[in-house]
Parts: sequence; structure tokens; C-alpha cells
Amino acid sequence: MNSITNFLSHFFVTGDPMIYGADVSIVLVTLAIFFVLTYFKKWKWLWQEWLTTTDHKKIGIMYIIAALLMFFRGGVDALMMRTQLALPGMTFLNSDHYNQVFTTHGTIMIIFAAMPFIFGLMNIAVPLQIGARDVAFPFLNAVSFWLFFAGAMLFNLSFVIGGSPDAGWSAYAPYAGTELNPGVGENYYLLAVQISGIGSLATGINFLVTILKMRAPGMTLFKMPMFSWSILITSVIMIFAFPAFTVALALMTVDRIFGGHFFTIASGGSPMLWANLFWFWGHPEVYIVLLPVFGIFSEVIATFAHKTLFGYAIMVWSMVAISLLSFITWLHHFFTMGNTAPVNAFFSISTMLIAIPTGVKIFNWLFTLNKGRIHFTTPMLWALAFIPNFTIGGVTGVMLAMAPADYQYHNSAFLVAHFHSTLIAGTVFGIFCGLHYWWPKMFGYLLDEKRGKWAFWVFMISFNICFMPMYFLGLMGQTRRMYTYPAGLGWGPVNFVITIGAFGMGVGFVIMAYNIIWSALHGKRDTTGDPWDGRTLEWSIPSPAAEYNFATIPTVSTRDAFEAMKEDKRAGKEKAPAAYKPIHMPNNSAIPVVMSAFMFIAGFGFVFWWFWMAIPGVIGVIGCMIARSFVYNDAHLIPVEEIERTERAAGRLS
Amino acid sequence: MMKTIRAKAAVILLPLLALLTGCSDKIVVMNPQGPVARSQYHLIVWSLIMMSLVLAIVLIIFIYVLVRFGRRKSKGFDPNDTGNRKLEVIWLIVPVVICILLAVPTVKTLYALDQAPKATAAAPSAVHGKTLTIDVTSVQWKWLFRYPGQNIETVNYVVIPSGVPVRFNLHAYDAMNAFWVPELGGQQYTMTDMPMKLWLQADKPGNYQGRSSNFSGTGFAHMTFTVQARSASDFNTWVNNVKSSKPALTHDTYMNLLKPNTVKPQTYSSYPPIVAKDLNKAQMNAYMNGQPTGNDAMHGMNMDNSGKGGK
Repeated sequence: MNSITNFLSHFFVTGDPMIYGADVSIVLVTLAIFFVLTYFKKWKWLWQEWLTTTDHKKIGIMYIIAALLMFFRGGVDALMMRTQLALPGMTFLNSDHYNQVFTTHGTIMIIFAAMPFIFGLMNIAVPLQIGARDVAFPFLNAVSFWLFFAGAMLFNLSFVIGGSPDAGWSAYAPYAGTELNPGVGENYYLLAVQISGIGSLATGINFLVTILKMRAPGMTLFKMPMFSWSILITSVIMIFAFPAFTVALALMTVDRIFGGHFFTIASGGSPMLWANLFWFWGHPEVYIVLLPVFGIFSEVIATFAHKTLFGYAIMVWSMVAISLLSFITWLHHFFTMGNTAPVNAFFSISTMLIAIPTGVKIFNWLFTLNKGRIHFTTPMLWALAFIPNFTIGGVTGVMLAMAPADYQYHNSAFLVAHFHSTLIAGTVFGIFCGLHYWWPKMFGYLLDEKRGKWAFWVFMISFNICFMPMYFLGLMGQTRRMYTYPAGLGWGPVNFVITIGAFGMGVGFVIMAYNIIWSALHGKRDTTGDPWDGRTLEWSIPSPAAEYNFATIPTVSTRDAFEAMKEDKRAGKEKAPAAYKPIHMPNNSAIPVVMSAFMFIAGFGFVFWWFWMAIPGVIGVIGCMIARSFVYNDAHLIPVEEIERTERAAGRLS
Repeated sequence: MMKTIRAKAAVILLPLLALLTGCSDKIVVMNPQGPVARSQYHLIVWSLIMMSLVLAIVLIIFIYVLVRFGRRKSKGFDPNDTGNRKLEVIWLIVPVVICILLAVPTVKTLYALDQAPKATAAAPSAVHGKTLTIDVTSVQWKWLFRYPGQNIETVNYVVIPSGVPVRFNLHAYDAMNAFWVPELGGQQYTMTDMPMKLWLQADKPGNYQGRSSNFSGTGFAHMTFTVQARSASDFNTWVNNVKSSKPALTHDTYMNLLKPNTVKPQTYSSYPPIVAKDLNKAQMNAYMNGQPTGNDAMHGMNMDNSGKGGK
């Protein structure tokens, strides 16, 4: 009996009223979901339409829903940290709890919010932009999503079962090793991030092949929309960067689960090797979440300036340059780890070089606006706000690149302010921009402009209130990851302002969530399929797009293909639509969701060193792969009559 | 749009105002008290000037295009304005020039910081040479300072002579930490498998706050120490006082110090031989069990064992 209570008190996280509150709410929400699904008899619908789908648009929507939830979780973490730091000597969180919260905040925001949000947007937009009916490997796409989902759930479970990781999102050895960190928390980090990382790697391969092989006839690479270009380049980065992380995580898993000595203090392990491997993925990762939003901003700025993107070719080549440079700058994350002067000099300069293509892009966006006819829609506001705010993040990045100066900035609040300036003004503004921009294509109605603009202004101004003072806080000597600080250093008032800004951003997010609900009930229908006067192919089809996307595959002859079609139409040179043919589409499959459930079981088993649970999980995963290899009938034909019926319902066929 | 700009200006200007009105000594990085911090400060100011210039250019063009082309009936709409080779070359070259202007002083400072700073005062007699060497060990969550030349050990504070270059040799007993005294100079990590060095020097006597800047666990936020810079005569007096009135560090007390906890500043007039072995946690465990520690082999790998900098 004693051993059972002992086990339970370690298995469940105990002792904190906030955790008990979370326990109760998790149970209640789960029960509520079960009740609603059962009461409205929606289980079958959920299974057939969503859980087993291989439709890239539905997978994209699932990515975005999950990412928004994770964004909420990561945001709550942020507010908890900011509450604790609002005043000197606060006791809202104790040290260990605070350490877990900043670790989960970072990991969730990067791995389980930013990346999946981008995957969601690219799932929705890329096939539509290049005139394809699905991605190259629809089944693999579903596997990617469900692996991400399994990883995210495993990671989130940690705060109620077993305890969360507490070594920071970068999990530096040796602190993250069992010698100094014996609990299950870091195991959660390793397994959860690994599982979703496999999915990310597969996504990279999937979109590389999709973009290279499935473009509409006539769409050469240099006629592609800029967002598709950004995803092509991002896919290449993912394919080259993720294996390093996969290996690093696997090695540390060997250390922690099987007693290996890759990164340990003892037996000749090299803790610094972890830093190298982590950042060899970690720095390209920055561009994995940034290049796609560069693509989104390019689309949105061109659309709402009603001009073709300025300097298209340079825009592409600067992204290529950024992607190459991103692999030779990783060491700037640890200039202060005893590198010799020549080494630091090399990485200082390689990092500064990134400013050149990035600066070129900024000027090209500015000159896209120049001589344009600018419409201040909600997506455009996010895109416009990106330019000055991201520039601040960019120039402070150049300051950080100067190694001797970095000796003073490193690990300080200055650094924290810098990467939030780039990740929020870049990635977060970008995904919100893309969300508003492509929302009508996803759901057939628009998000409300008035409420959207409120959310934008509140979030954007609060962002500045939060992160501008933080630069000064860093120069005042406050480091990152401190759970408390004494009075008398002058940090108190600055921290208080920062906390106000953080809560303001929370309010902005809530307004946006409210706008989503409000618009779902009252939003303006998008009956034309082209609510923004768009320029690229996704706007040429009805909203929401039919299962097969394009009834007939368009032929492309220029950039901004849809704009050209509209001009042809105005000039009366419209081509007669081709006759419909039956369309070959992939079947649904239950294997991805089942396989990721086994992956979850295996992961959970490894976290607790329970091999009796982990091994059956692994066998289940392999079993799913074998089962899949025996599926011969994996696609169906959509008959012409059904295409006609669908197109007629969308008003495209009289 | 004007609303954002005004809000932004307020946010940027308020702390600047605070800076100008007398609490500038709180902005420690911008208040250098030694040659190392000063060379970094000069670099920071130079980069701030260049980057403000870049930011200003971007903001001016940004505001211009929004004001000029954001109105409902603005003239000059030209959908065929899709590129301009001359302009694109300009904004390729300008950042290249800026990068060069920043890279040159960066590299110069990097090489300079590898060497001892120039002494501005004669070293006190207790230093036995022109520079003082102090071995620093980070332990969860405290700082141990060892004076090998003086046979003194202090905890969570360190006394140095002002105007004299001090070479800190950095080690970690367990977790990685970073040794940072912002008023005297930038940080350097402490690690278990690689000894590192950091040159610092204080211009004048005074107390400077130091802390760990790399997260190392529960007590990390409390991992602070004071650097007390003293004049030559005061430094000699301090050394003599320690030698005559402070207790010796015993083997058992040292073992207690290695446990993860936070402690108050302490002073010891000597230390047992085990301290000088610089064992990390794993080696210490091996040593206590009578096994080989492997520390000799490790010293063979040192990137920097000669005192000449990592070359």
C-alpha cells in the first residue's frame, strides 16, 4: 500500500494548487468533449471527416487548431512568468515551478505552436498556389500531423503526470542529464520533441517533392508565388537541419534512458557537443519559422498594394542565401564557450552576412508598397507592422553578432528581447497575417475586419510595451531564466512595464479568439472565392475549396497567374474551360492516427523507463507500417457528375 | 499609422529619458569600470549608431510610402513598377559596407580581448608578479574563488587589486554556468570538461556585482557574487588579514561546499590539496571511491593550459 501511494505521488504532480486546478479542468474538458460528441452523434463524423483524412486542407486546419491551442498554453506560461517577475521578490511561482514554466514556454512556442502553425498554413496554401490537387504524399502528410499531435500531447501531459522538463528549451547538458536532473521531465522533452521532429522531417520531404513535381503546367520555378518559394527553401532547410537534431535527441535519450555517456560529466562525455548539435539544428530552425512568413508577407503586401512583388528574383535569391548562411552561423549561440578568436571572428562575420539578404528583402517589400494602392486590411496591418518591428529585431541581431559585444548581451534579457522581436514581429505577426488572409479559403467566410483590427492594435502595441524595455533590462544586467530578483537594482519598474505589455498581448490574443468565434457566427460569406482581389491561383477556385481543389488544372504562363487570368477575362480573351475528367484522389486512412497512438504509448513508456510499455508501442508502430504496405487500394476516382454537382453548388457552372 | 509611431516613440524614449536623468549607473553594461568592459562598450555604442542609421532609413521610407500611397485616392499608382536594378544594387552594397564597418572593429576587439589588459597601477606585493591569477569554480549554486599564489579561498566574493590585470581561470564542478561581471567585462562559461580563461581589470577601487548568467537549476537566481576592487595597499592588508585571522578550509568543509545549495560569502586562509585538483563532480565521485579520476588525461586536452590564450 505504501509503495502504491509513493508511486502515485511521484506519478502525478502534487503539491501545487494550480496543478490541481489544471487536473480538474483537464478532466472536465475531456468529459465535456465526450459528452458533446456523443450527444450530437458526431463520433462517426469526427472519425471519417477529420481523424482519418488525407486531405491537405483538413490536415492544415487540424494543424492550425492544435497550434492555436498550444499558442494559448505557451501564452499562459508566459503570463505566469511575467506575473512572477512583475515585482522584486514575488512568490507566485517557486524556483522549480518557474524553471518548468520557462522550459515549456520555449519548447511549446517553437516546436508545438510556431512550426505546426506554419505547417498548417503551408498545407492549406501551397497545393492551391501551385495548382495541385493534393501534396505528393497525402498519407505521409497525415502521418506527419499525427506524429506532431502525439508529441504535443506527450509534452503537455508532463505538467500533470511526472513533472515537466526544467532545463530550458535548449536542454543544455550536463544540466539536462540524469547526473543533475534525475526526474522524468527531460525524458518528456526528448521523446516528445523527437516524435514530432520525425513528422517535421517528413513534412519537409513531402513539400519539397510536392513543389518540385506537382506544379501546374507552365508554372516554372520562377513563376511560382513567393510563399511557395519560401516553403520550397524551408523544406530543404528542414531536410538538412532536422537529422542533426534527431541524432542529438537520440544520443541524449541513450544517455538518459540507457545510461550512455555522450553528453555526461562522467566517462569522457562532452556537454559542449550537445550545444553544437542542438544549435546546428537550432539556428536553421529559426529560418524554418521565418522564411515561410517572409513568403506570407510577400503575398499579402503584393496583394494589398495591388502590385507585383518588387524584385522577385532578388527576393528568391536572398532567401536561398539566407538558407545557406543559416547553416554556418550556429556557433554564435555560444560565443562565450571558450572559442578562440579566429573561430569567433568567422561566426561573427557569417552571422552579420545574414543581414545583407534580409535587408535586401526589407527594401524590396518597401518598394512593393511604393507606387502601390495600399489597402489597410487586417492581414495587411500585420504585414505592415512586421516591417519596422522586425527591423528592430534584425538590427539588434547584428549587434548580437559582434562577438565581443555579445559577451555582454549573451544570456541577458537583451537577448530575450531580440529573439522575441524577431519571432513575434516575424513569425507570430506572420502566422496571424496568414491566418486572416487564407481564412476565407479555409472556411468560406471572412474574419471580421473591425474586431481583427482591434486584436491587431492591442497585440502590436502591447508587444512593443513588453519587449522594448526588455532590451534595457538586459543592459541593466538581468539575465534570462531568473525566477526572482532583489529590489535595489533598478529592475523592478522595468519588469512591471514588461508584465503590463505581456498581459496586453494576452488581451490581443483573446480578442482574436473572440473574433474567430464571432465571425464563425456572423462572418461575411465569401461567395466569389476571391475576397481580396488576389493574384495567385488559390483565389481562382471557390471558397472553401472542393476536395479536389481544381475541377480542371489551370495552365500558367506568368507570375501572379490568377491576376493574369483576370486581366485576360477583362480583355475578353478568356479561354474556354476544359471538359471535366474523373479525378484521382487518395483514400482516407486510419493508419496514421493509430500509428501515432502507438508512438505515444512507446514514448510514454520510455519516459518512465517502462520498457514493458515502450516495446509493445514500438511493435505497434512497426505493425502499422507493415499494415500500410499491404494496402493496395489507396485511392478513388471522383466521377464527372460529382464534380459537376460540386462546381454547380459553388456557382462555377451554370 | 501615426498612432503606432507615437506609441513606439514613447516606449523607446521613456527608458532613454530615465537613462539621462541620473540612474545611468544602473545600466551596468553602459557603465564600464574597466578596460575590458570599456572596449566592449565602445563596440556597442558604435553598433548602436550604425544600427540606428539603418533603422532610421527603413522607418523614413516606410512612413513615406504609407503616407504617400495609403490614401484612398493617391496618385502615382504604377502596377508595372516591378523592379529597379540600380536601386537593388544600392541596397545590396550599403549593407555590405555597414557589415564591413562593424566587422573590422569586432575582429580587432576579439583578438585584443584574448590578451591581458594593460595595467594602470603597480601590482601590490602580495600578488607576486604583474598579473593576478584566480581559479574560479562554479558549484550549484555558489562561486568558489581560489588564489593559488596566495593560498586563499573565498566563496561568493572575490577581492582584486584595482588597475592590475586579473586572469580568471574558469571551471565548473557540475552544471554549466557563466561568469559575468557586467561593469568589468563580458561573460565566459564555466564547464566541466574545458577550463577557460577571462581577463578582467577594474579601473578603480569599488564593489562590482557579478552573477551567473547561464541557467543551472533551482538556486540559479541567487548565484551572485561581489568583485571587490581594492587599492594596492588595501589588497595587501586584506591578504595579510585573511592569512592571520581566517580559518583554514578543511577537507570536510570543502566537501560540504560542493553540495547543491546556496551559502553566504566565506573566507579561508588556506585550502586542502584536493581543491587544486579541479575535479568535477564525476571525477570527485571516482576519487572518493578510490578510482582513477582521469583528470590528468583531461589536462592534456586543455585548449588553454599555457596561460597564453587559446592558440
